[in-house]
Amino acid sequence: MIELKREELLISQIADLLINDKHIAVGAASPIPGAAALLAKEEAKQKSKRLRVTILHSNKYNNFTDGARELFDCAAQGRIDTFFLGGVQIDGEANINLVGTGNYKKIQKRFPGSFGSALMYFVVPQIILFREEHSPRTLVDKVDFISAPGHSEENIHRPGGPKFLLTNRALFKFNKQKKRFCLLKIHNEESLKNVINLTGFKFDVDDKVTNMTFPNKTRIEILRNKISYMVSEFYPEFADRVWGV
Amino acid sequence: MKQFDELSLLDIVNEVKDGDLVGIPADYSGVPMKFTKELIKKGVRDLKLYCLPLTTIQGDMLIGSGCVSEIEAAAVTLGEFGLAPRFSEAVEVGKLKIKDSTCPALHAQLQATEKSVPFMPLRGVIGSDVQKYRKDWQVIENPMKFSGIKDEPVLLLPAVQLDILIFHAPCVDVNGNIQIGRRRELATLAHASKKVFVTTEKILDIDLFEDELSAATCLPALYVDGISVVQNGAWPCALPGVYGADNNEIKKYSIAAKTQKGFEDYMKNYLNN
Repeated sequence: MIELKREELLISQIADLLINDKHIAVGAASPIPGAAALLAKEEAKQKSKRLRVTILHSNKYNNFTDGARELFDCAAQGRIDTFFLGGVQIDGEANINLVGTGNYKKIQKRFPGSFGSALMYFVVPQIILFREEHSPRTLVDKVDFISAPGHSEENIHRPGGPKFLLTNRALFKFNKQKKRFCLLKIHNEESLKNVINLTGFKFDVDDKVTNMTFPNKTRIEILRNKISYMVSEFYPEFADRVWGV
Repeated sequence: MKQFDELSLLDIVNEVKDGDLVGIPADYSGVPMKFTKELIKKGVRDLKLYCLPLTTIQGDMLIGSGCVSEIEAAAVTLGEFGLAPRFSEAVEVGKLKIKDSTCPALHAQLQATEKSVPFMPLRGVIGSDVQKYRKDWQVIENPMKFSGIKDEPVLLLPAVQLDILIFHAPCVDVNGNIQIGRRRELATLAHASKKVFVTTEKILDIDLFEDELSAATCLPALYVDGISVVQNGAWPCALPGVYGADNNEIKKYSIAAKTQKGFEDYMKNYLNN
């Protein structure tokens, strides 16, 4: 068996969630989602399917010409199928916090800020939450600050929202009706008990919970021989660390 | 007669007054770093930064140097190199007022000024703490009979006009038209600013408006108050299409600026070179 990097396994998990998309957008600080989107595009191409990818921090892999606002206008028009959001904290109802920990008025640890999450979370049909660190401090019962809410009142225009949450230990699906995550897959070196212990919120466990799917040889080759170089254009530090390119 | 004012970098620096609301471009749209360096040397105070929609090393340096009292942004970050340390500390100790926003709201507030209307509606955002802490934002029910959803709550954002905008561009033509390419958010910033100054790598001896292909890449000179040629003016940030970011330098900064002392040592060297 080929030795696989942790990042490669995560990229592969995300790529599996993108197969029905026509347009995927990737925002700031997202090398793993960016690589996954380009991988999905490459695999679609081999099946003669057209998949567009817009990487915001890239000049090359970017479909926009109308400035930084076009991402949000395009998303609001329903022209983006999947987008990725992270969080300093993510809670059991899929609220995300990108601002900081502690009371907002007297913040303990300040993080960058909410970026475009407060709109994107509402309008993109498939939001994949991605946070590598899976621990009680990142996956919490209740976030300290809501950058974007996981669900909204009935009278709010909200065609989009959370669909999945991926960490370095597990993949969850979000159930909109129950406002609750359901565990689908766990990392091969991880136990269910440990995932429960390291998750700060309560969640359901799918009857058919499995290990994360290992990518096949072709996919690994595409990733290493092609996608790695593409990623180095917009995330040079990441590409160097993972693939040495 | 020359169609634009060619200025020195110091002329532009002197246009910035204490207390000004300053437009700040994102790291992908031409950060005027050489200008920022001179601005810090001048010792300007009490600036209010309006980031479209985020800032990186430029904002962090200005904050660490004590030039900023308030910032409106969707994010302040060093990107791949982690948190913006001077920003984070300034917020944590309560030295810096932050108006937390979200990218589309920052765009929309300037778009209102572009159209000279008092506010702009935006979907989403409702129910977030971003909205909760913004007392200058309002929610109304959609008053329209035939567009949108009846009685849907919609967020209204006030128009924001900037006092001054400075950005760095690849080139300028013989008539002072600025090549901004697809970085159209620079046009939004310029349209919404009382004064606009541009630093640029070079002034070309051609008219970009003579060719439809290049005309569409310009911010017309009519929005611009002065231009200064500053080579390598975005360093260590990237100038898209011209040169990439100096990642080693930004990394060096990100490590040094973790403490105020480290930041001051870094800046001493940076400002004198």
